[in-house]
This record gives sequence, structure tokens and C-alpha cells, in this order.
Amino acid sequence: MKNKSRIIENTVYGIFLILGLITVAFVLLISIYLIISGIPAIKEIGFTDFFFGKNWAPTKTPQEFGILPFILTSIYGTAGAVLIGTPIGIFTAVYLSKMANRRIKSLVSTAVSLLAGIPSVVYGLVGMLVLVPLVRVAFNIPDGASLLSAIIVLSVMVLPSIINVSLTSLEAVPKEYEEGSLALGAKPVETYFRISLPAAKSGIAAAVALGVGRAIGEAMAVIMVSGNVANMPSLFQSVRFLTTAVSSEMAYAAGGSLHRQALFSIALVLFIFIMIINAVLNFFLKKRKGEN
Amino acid sequence: MLGKVSKKRRFNIAVLKALMYLSAAVTCALVVFIIVYVLAKGVPNITWELISTKPSYLQNKIGILPDILNTVYIIFAALVIVLPLGAGAAVYLTEYAKNPKVVRAIEFAAETLSGIPSIIYGLVGMLFFCQFLGFGTSLMAGALTLVIMNLPTIMRTTQESLKTVPKGYKEGAFGLGAGKWRVIRTIVLPECVDGIVTGCILSVGRIVGESAALLFTAGFGHALNGIFEGLSSSGATLTVALYVYAKEQGEFEVAFVIAAILIVLTLIINISASLAGKYFKSRRNK
Repeated sequence: MKNKSRIIENTVYGIFLILGLITVAFVLLISIYLIISGIPAIKEIGFTDFFFGKNWAPTKTPQEFGILPFILTSIYGTAGAVLIGTPIGIFTAVYLSKMANRRIKSLVSTAVSLLAGIPSVVYGLVGMLVLVPLVRVAFNIPDGASLLSAIIVLSVMVLPSIINVSLTSLEAVPKEYEEGSLALGAKPVETYFRISLPAAKSGIAAAVALGVGRAIGEAMAVIMVSGNVANMPSLFQSVRFLTTAVSSEMAYAAGGSLHRQALFSIALVLFIFIMIINAVLNFFLKKRKGEN
Repeated sequence: MLGKVSKKRRFNIAVLKALMYLSAAVTCALVVFIIVYVLAKGVPNITWELISTKPSYLQNKIGILPDILNTVYIIFAALVIVLPLGAGAAVYLTEYAKNPKVVRAIEFAAETLSGIPSIIYGLVGMLFFCQFLGFGTSLMAGALTLVIMNLPTIMRTTQESLKTVPKGYKEGAFGLGAGKWRVIRTIVLPECVDGIVTGCILSVGRIVGESAALLFTAGFGHALNGIFEGLSSSGATLTVALYVYAKEQGEFEVAFVIAAILIVLTLIINISASLAGKYFKSRRNK
């Protein structure tokens, strides 16, 4: 009897152990696959030609596989989106956490979670039919599908992440800080921006890092509004991101070709970017935990 | 005392206040605009024929029934697999794992998974499920890719709900001589339900909205299939179909119909998530 129950206990333990470790296995699987399939093309093309080449022309002879345009476009696009999204997000978060009454707060929070829930292809569709023509007319350029349109769409898409994380950290600021400031004669609004916001700075930094991660990883909305030509980035020109470089050519790059392998290398570069951003995000999240 | 706030300070306060109101208003206006615009463009074009038939090149007509069914199949398949995996991982973390290094490794892995962009999932899914495991481009390969993506969500929500299990229950059961498995089965697992339901709703939302991870794993098929046949063949979900119709074929009317359906689904999912949250909270406080 005792033996039987011990066997059961051990089996159950084994099953749960496997289930527990499965996330680790998945991360290893993804990393190993990306590294194995991404390295060969970089070797064959050459490190410098791949990372610093300005031309991407896999179908021309001789083929060219420079991904500098994609890297720079992704960096500029993400920076632009975060630059626009962060102030709007932070102001909204301060308003929600400190000033809004309960009804307005729940209303705006619903709006924010809806914004987070709208599928990226819907953002792409609306961007394609509303924003792109608008940009074309407003700046008098031949085609509105450009880096600018992508930045605007991305800045809307990063808003929910920035608002939610900032909001959580603003609400965790100890009440005594604010009360002290108010007692010394500062007005409420001054207190929110001079005391509460600096006190929540690790959380705000985490919010921005999360926004950067969202923006740099977005593919579908961006592919629909950015025009998708492999130009060096410029605000009013059609551009291609790291994500869209992978998604737009994967369907027709012939199996086993250098072209296809180069697309895997681009994915590897994107993955490395994401890992760096995740590390930054975790650093700030840990710091925030330490502060509270 | 009160009148002594200088002009400059008053001006700054007014500016900051205005910026706060403006930002909150912009956020809300964006949501309202997108929802109203998509519904206004999409709803008038919804016809019974469109949502109840499959596309036919011969008759030159489009139907989105296959896409709707594919979405349902893929949600079902992904959830059936991810729920036991995610809930099991959460039970392991809260009940079994003692080595802090192991716990940290698992939590780090979960965080990493939730930060990876869907296009990378799509690529690895294509390499691993479609090619290495031989599923080919199929809904099943797509569903398995979604399993990896949604694992952290289910894990997190289940973990949250397990934290609320009163310690006394477990200690009481152990004290009465129950084995670990018995305690988990009778006390811990029933408490998972909250977390699993919440995780389910969140995952359904994410799956409905997902497209980049499915492009190369589930593909673009528009055939009308039953669930088993459907899972083994290529199929476009609503989001992928929207992308194809809008970007490749310029069929904006159909694209907006799909977008309107997606928006309505998003609304329903959001409402159910908040209702579920409220319900579980009130039950717990009893």
C-alpha cells in the first residue's frame, strides 16, 4: 500500500516537473533554432556586408544582402513611436492615478484595454485607409505609405503598455511622499509631477522599455502602412522594418537558398534586439520591486 | 497663504493640467474613432451570404465562413493543449519547486516568452512544427505555435489564483495524513479555476487578434472543412484573411466586414474579462 502511493506521488511529481520545465524548453528551442538557422547566412555574406551593407537586393545578380536599412528603420521607427507615445502615456497615467474620479477612471481604463485588444491588422487597415492618404495630402508627397505613417500607428499601439505599467507604478508611490509635499505648500499638480513621477521613475522606465519591445516587434500593422521598400530610412519615404523584411519575403524565398537563410539571420538580429530590451525591462522591474 | 501662489507656478499648473486632460482625451478619442469607423464601414456590408459561404473563383464571390471556422478551430485546439500545460507549470511552481534557481529559471523563461514578437514565433513555428515535425502548413501547426505564445499567460493567471489558496486548508489536509497528490487534486486544483478561466479569456483575445505568427504556420487556405480535416490542412483565420483581402487583393469591403467582426469580438472579450474579474473577486471576498 505504502509503496503504491509512493509510486503515484513520484509519478505525479515527475509530470509536474516536466510541465514546469516546459517553458524553459520552449525558450531554448526558440533560441537554438534561431541561432542555428541564422548564423550560416551571416557567415556566407560576411559580417560587415550583412550588418553595414546599405543595399538589400536578393533577386539581382550579384545578390546583395545589406540589412542596415532595416536595422536603422526599426530603430528610428521605434524611437519615433516611443517619443510620441511616452508623453501621452505618462500624462494619461498621471491623470488616471491622481486626478480622475472613479467613473472617469474606469471609463478611460476600459478605453485603454480596448486599445490593447484591437488586433494589429485592424490598426493596419485603418492606418492604410485613413492615415496614409492623410499623410500624403498633408505633406504633399506622392505616397503616404512611409516611415511617418508607421511611427504614428506604432505610437498608438504602444500607448496601452506605457499607460498600464506607468499607472501601476504611480499608484505604488507611498502616500507619505505626496502628503509631505502638500504639507510643505506644493499644489497637488506640482506634487504629482515633482514628487510622484520621480518616485515612480523605475516603473516609468520599465513602461518605456515595454513600449520599445512592442514597437520593434510589431509586423502586421507596420507592413500595411510603411510601403515596404528597402530604402534607407527617411521620414517621408517607403521603408522596411526588420519584422516586415522577414514577413514580406518569407513566402517566396526559395527553400534552402541564401535569400531564405538571410531572412532567418534578420530574425536572429531582431531576437537579439528583443533580448537586450527584455534585459533592460527586467532590470527596471527589479529596481522597482526593490524600491517599494 | 492661499493667494501666494506665483503667476509662473499657476501657469505651469494650468499647462500640466491641460496636457493631462488632452492626453487622456486623445487616448479615448483614438479608441472611439477606430471602433466607430470600423463598425460604420463594416457593419452595413455584412450579409448573410458573405458570412455563410466560402469564396468561389468561378462565381467570383467571397465568403468568410471558412475563416470564421478556422478561427474557432485554432482557438479550440490551442486552448485544449495550453491549459493543462500552463496550469501544470503553475502548480509545479507554487507547490513543488523548492530550488530558487529552478524557480527563477522558469520565471525568466516565461518573461522571455511573453516578450518575443509574434513574427519570431511564426518563423520558429514554421521551422519546428511545419518542417521538423512534419505538420506542414496547417491549422494544427498554427495552434501549436499559439500554445507556446499563450503559455506564459495561462501560467501567470493560474499562479495568481493559486496564491489565494489559504495555507490552513493545505496544512489541515496534510495533518490528516493526505499525500501531496491528494492535496493538489482536492484543494489546489479546484482553486485554479479562477485563473484558468481568466487565462482562457485573455488567450482567446490574443489568438483572435494574432496574425504574424500564423502567416507561415497556418497559411492562407479558404476551404470549408470539418474540425479534424481543418486542423490538418492550411487555413486562414479572420485576421490573416483580413490581411490578405486588404493588402494583396484590395477587397476593402470584405476587409472591413472582418475588421468589424474582430472589433465586436474584442469588445465581447474585454467585457467578459472584466465581468469574470469582478465575479471572482466578489466570490473570494465572501
